[in-house]
Amino acid sequence: MSINSKAAPVRFRNVTKVYGTDVVAVDNIDMEIEAGKLVTLLGPSGCGKTTTLRMIAGLEMATKGSIHIGDRDVTLLPATDRDVSMVFQSYALFPHMTVMENVSYGLGFSGFDKSETRDRAAQGLDLVGLKEYEDRLPSELSGGQQQRVAVARALVLEPQVLLFDEPLSNLDAKLRRQVREEIREIQQNLGLTVVYVTHDQEEALAVSDEIVVMRNAGIAQIGSPRDLYDAPADRFVADFIGEANIIPCQITSIDGDMALIDVDGFPHTLPARGMTVGSASLAVRPTRLMLNAQTGMNMRVRKATYVGSRMEYTLKAGFGEVFAVSENVDAPLQVDAQITVGLDKNGPVLLPEDHG
Amino acid sequence: MRPLVSERTAHPVLIFWIIAGWVGFFLLPWYGVEDFFTFEWLIDGYPFDTDYAPAAFLIGQGEKLWLAPALLGLLLPLLALGRRRTEPLYAKLLILSGTVGFGWMILQGFTIGIRGWNFDWARAMFGDLGDRQFGMGYGALICASAFLFLLTQGIAARGAINGDVFVLSAIGGVIVIVTAFVFFPIAKMLTAAFITEDGGYSAGVFASKFFDDRLWGLGCLSGGRCGVAWNSLFLAVLVGLITTVLGLIFALVVTRSGFRFKKGLRALTVLPIITPPFVIGLALILLFGLSGSVTVFFADVFGVQPTRWLYGLPGILIAQTLAFTPIAFLVLIGVVEGVSPSMEEAAQTLRASKWQVFKTVSLPLMRPGLANAFLLGFIESMADFGNPLVLGGNYDVLSTEIFFAIVGAQYDQGKAAVLAMVLLFFTLGAFYAQRFWLGKKSYTTVSGKGDSGVHPHMPRALSLPVLAIAMIWAGFTAVVYAMIFYGSVVELWGVNNNLTFKHYVTAFSFRLEEGGIRWSGAAWDSFWTTLKIAAIAAPLTAIVGLITAYLLTRQSFAGKNAFEFGTMLSFAIPGTVIGVSYILAFNVPPIEITGTGIILVVSFIFRNMPVGVRAGIASMSQLDKSLDESSLTLGANSWQTFRRIILPLLRPAILAALVYSFVRAMTAISAVIFLVSAEYDMATSYIIGRVENNDYGLAIAYSTTLIFVMLTVVAVMQLIVGRTEIGRRMTQSRTNV
Repeated sequence: MSINSKAAPVRFRNVTKVYGTDVVAVDNIDMEIEAGKLVTLLGPSGCGKTTTLRMIAGLEMATKGSIHIGDRDVTLLPATDRDVSMVFQSYALFPHMTVMENVSYGLGFSGFDKSETRDRAAQGLDLVGLKEYEDRLPSELSGGQQQRVAVARALVLEPQVLLFDEPLSNLDAKLRRQVREEIREIQQNLGLTVVYVTHDQEEALAVSDEIVVMRNAGIAQIGSPRDLYDAPADRFVADFIGEANIIPCQITSIDGDMALIDVDGFPHTLPARGMTVGSASLAVRPTRLMLNAQTGMNMRVRKATYVGSRMEYTLKAGFGEVFAVSENVDAPLQVDAQITVGLDKNGPVLLPEDHG
Repeated sequence: MRPLVSERTAHPVLIFWIIAGWVGFFLLPWYGVEDFFTFEWLIDGYPFDTDYAPAAFLIGQGEKLWLAPALLGLLLPLLALGRRRTEPLYAKLLILSGTVGFGWMILQGFTIGIRGWNFDWARAMFGDLGDRQFGMGYGALICASAFLFLLTQGIAARGAINGDVFVLSAIGGVIVIVTAFVFFPIAKMLTAAFITEDGGYSAGVFASKFFDDRLWGLGCLSGGRCGVAWNSLFLAVLVGLITTVLGLIFALVVTRSGFRFKKGLRALTVLPIITPPFVIGLALILLFGLSGSVTVFFADVFGVQPTRWLYGLPGILIAQTLAFTPIAFLVLIGVVEGVSPSMEEAAQTLRASKWQVFKTVSLPLMRPGLANAFLLGFIESMADFGNPLVLGGNYDVLSTEIFFAIVGAQYDQGKAAVLAMVLLFFTLGAFYAQRFWLGKKSYTTVSGKGDSGVHPHMPRALSLPVLAIAMIWAGFTAVVYAMIFYGSVVELWGVNNNLTFKHYVTAFSFRLEEGGIRWSGAAWDSFWTTLKIAAIAAPLTAIVGLITAYLLTRQSFAGKNAFEFGTMLSFAIPGTVIGVSYILAFNVPPIEITGTGIILVVSFIFRNMPVGVRAGIASMSQLDKSLDESSLTLGANSWQTFRRIILPLLRPAILAALVYSFVRAMTAISAVIFLVSAEYDMATSYIIGRVENNDYGLAIAYSTTLIFVMLTVVAVMQLIVGRTEIGRRMTQSRTNV
C-alpha cells in the first residue's frame, strides 16, 4: 500500500463571491485546472486569490456560478463533504495532538480501520521525512518540520485536490527554497492536482505548471510561467511578475508579425502581438536593458547601488526613469555619467496602451 | 474516497430524535412529577395512573385528547427515513413535523392550564373543557426537544448554514431556552404590571402604580424622603463611579508602579466572587453599628453619643463599594494591561512627558474599560439585595421594595412587576448609554504582533496619591474581612465578647450514630441543597455558555446580532428582576417549576450564562480559526471539530466557567430569595433569615464557612487549571510561528 493520487480537475464557471451585500471578493471568474497539475493563484493582497482557494475547499460558498471537482458539482457541498484537503498558512496543526494523531485525524473520518489509519499515517510521515517524530507535539518541532507535518496530514487523505495557502510565508528565506522544491517533487511524483496561493512571484514561477494572475477580484492572465514572464498580457502582469520598466513608444510600421517601434528616438524591431500603428507601451525587464550599447537611448545615471552579486542603476531618460541591473560589478558606472542604453533582442514586449 | 453525507439514506441523528420523540410520547410520564429527580412514579401506578401516565396512555384512556395532534408530528418524520437529504421532500417533511409538533405543544400548553381554558375566548368557542392540565414533565420535555431538533434538521436539509445540523440545532436550542427562560418571564412580568385585582387588564392600574409618589417622589430635595427609584439611581451612580475610580487606582498600582506586593492585590479579585454580597454589610455593622467596635471605641474615648449613621445611604454605599471594587479592578486590570506599551512608548518618543502620555494616550485608550467597570458597578448596585436589606434603614431601594411587595403582607405582584420594570429600565438604559458613549471608535490596540515594550510607570504626582488610596482601601478591606472571621467566634457581639465556637456548633454539628453520621446542625440542610444545586447548575451553565460562545465566534448566520443581544441581555437584568419574573412565569403550566430545585438551577444558568459566554468568546478568539477549518477540510463535521479540537483547547476556559458558575450559585442572593422554598432553601437565604432574626453570630459563622468552602474550591480548580498549562504553552507557540 502506498499513497496514491486521485487527482481530479477543478472547474470554475462564472463564479462570484460577495461578502455581505456589496463587497465583491471574486467577480465572475472562469477557470479550468487540469488534473495532476500544480496551478498557482498569484496576485497582490486583496485580489481574491485566497477566497478562490477557500471556495475550492468549501470553506466559503460561491454566491453565484458553479464549481466542479472531477465530474461532481460541489458548489453547495460544505468542506466536510468535499474530497479536498488544505495546508494552511499557519499550518493549523492541532496543538493538543501528537504528530501521529494530527496526521491520523482525517483518516479517522474516512472509514479506515485503526491499523490502516496507522499504516497510512506512518507512510505519510515517511514521505515527508518525519518518521521518527511521530510522538512529538507540534510545539516541539521547528517551523519547517511543522510545515511538513501539515503537508503529510493533507496528503494521506489522497485528496482529489490539494490546496496550499501561502505555505512558505512563515519560513525563513533559505528554508523556503528547499521546502518549495520538496512540495513540487511530491506533487510531481504522486501526480497530484495542487492549487497553490502565493503573493511571491518568484515562488510562483518556480513551482507552477500554470499561473493564474489575479487582480481586483478577477483574472488578469492565465499561462505558464514562461508565457507570463515573456509575454505579459498587460502592464499589471508585466509589473507584477518580475519587475518591468514600462516605456512609452510609437509603433511606426507593422511588417507581418513584426513591428517597428520608436522608443525615445531609438528604432527597435519586435513581435507585433497583433497591435496596430500608433502609441503603445514597451515592457522591458531590468536585465534586458543593455548599458553602454553601441546605439540606443541617451540616459544619465541617477543612482548606482552595489548589492553584492550585481549593480542596480536608476537611469534618467527623456520619458522618465528606468531601472536596470548589470552583472558587471567590477567596473560600475559613475553617478551622473551619460550613457547609451540599448534593448536586448529578446525580452522587451509590446503592451497595449493604457491598460492597468 | 470520502463517503458523501448528502447521498446517504441512513441518518443516525434523525433516527435518534424520532426514537426520543416516541419514547417521550409513549413511555415517559407526560406531566411533571412531584420531584424531578425521584423515580417513585415507576412503582406508583405507572403507566395507567393519570398523574404519571405517558401521553399515549392518557389518550388511550380517553383523557387529555388535545395531546393527540402531536402524534402527527411524530408520524411524519417516519416518511423521511430512507430518503436522501438532498430530496426536497425530506426537508419539507421534517420542517412540517417539527413545526406542527412544536407549535401544537406551545398552543395547547398555553391555552389549557390548571383551571381548564386559560382564555375566555377559548371557553366561548369550545365550551367548558371540564378538564385541566399541569406543567410539562419528562415526556413533554423530551417530545418538545424532539420536535425542535426535527425542525432544525429540516431547515439544515434545506441548505441553511451549509446544511450543518449541529450548528443549526445548537442555534435552535439556544434560542428556545433563552426565549423560554429570559424573554418569556420578562414578558410575563410586563403583563403582570397591567393586571387588575379582578384579573382584567388595565393601563390605569399600571399608571397608578407607576406614578406612585413612593417611586418617584422628590421630597428629599426639601428635607423629606425621595422615591425609591431616585434612591436606587443615586446609589447606583455613586457606587459605579467610586468603584470605577478605585478599580482604576488598583489596576494602575499593579501595572504601572514599582509596588512590590502586586500578587496580594491580585488576590483581591477573588474576594467578591467568593463572598456572599451581604456579608460585607454584616461586617460593617460589627464595626460601625450601634454596638460596633469602632463606634464603641469612639464613644469611650471622645464621649461621642453612638448614632445610627451607618443605616441608610452611607452604610449601603460603603458596603457596595467594598463588595464591587474588586469587580471593577478585575475589568480594568485587563484593559490597563491591554493598552499596547508601544503606543505609550511612541508618545514618549514624540516628546510627551509621562503625565501627558497618561492623559492623552493611556487614559483615553482605557475608555471602554472604564465604561464597562462603571456599568458593572451600576448594575451590581441596582441588583444588590443583601446589603440594602441589612443596612438600608429608612433608605429604601428598588430591590428591597420589590422583595417586600412580593413576600410582605401586601403581596402585590403588580407592584413588584412595575418596580422590576423600573429597575430593568435603569440597567438597560445604562447598558445603552455605555454603547452610545463608546460609539463606533475602535479601541483595539492589540495588533497580534509581538509587543515587546514595557508599560511606563505613572508620573510621580499621580503615583503617590494613587498608592496612598490603594493602601488605605486595601487595609480597610483587610480589616473588614478580619471582622467577618472574628465576628463568627464571638459569643454575642458588643454584649459578651468571649470567644466561642458555639455558632459553628449550632450550624454544623453532627453526631456519629449507628448507621452513619447524623447531620444535626441547623445549617446542614441548606448547605447540602446549595452544594447540590450549584453542582448541577455549574456544568449546565458552562455548556450553554460555551456553545453560545462557539456560535458567536465561529459561525455566521442571519440574525446573529439579535442572537448575541438576547444571550447577553440577562447580564443587564438584575437578579431581583429575574426572581420576580420567574415566580410570575413559572408557577403555572406549561412550565411549572416554582418551589422546585429546577427553578433555582435554571435561574443560575441564565444569571451566569453571560459570564460563560464572555469567557468562551475570549478564549475562542485566541484560537486560530484555521484550526477549525483544517479540521473541516480533513473531513470532520462541525460537531466532531467542536468536540475534538475546540473543547480540548478550551480546557482552561471551561474550568474557569465551571468554577465561576459554581461559586456564584453558592453566593447569589438577589434572585434566589424569591425562588427558594421550604424544601429547597439555599445557604444565602437561610443566612438572610438569620440576620432578620438578629442572629448575627450564626449568620456570620455560616458566611465564614461558605467563604472557606469556596476558597477551597477555587484553590483546587486553580491547581487543576495550573496542570493544563502545557495546553496553553502550545497554543502560544502555535500563534508565534
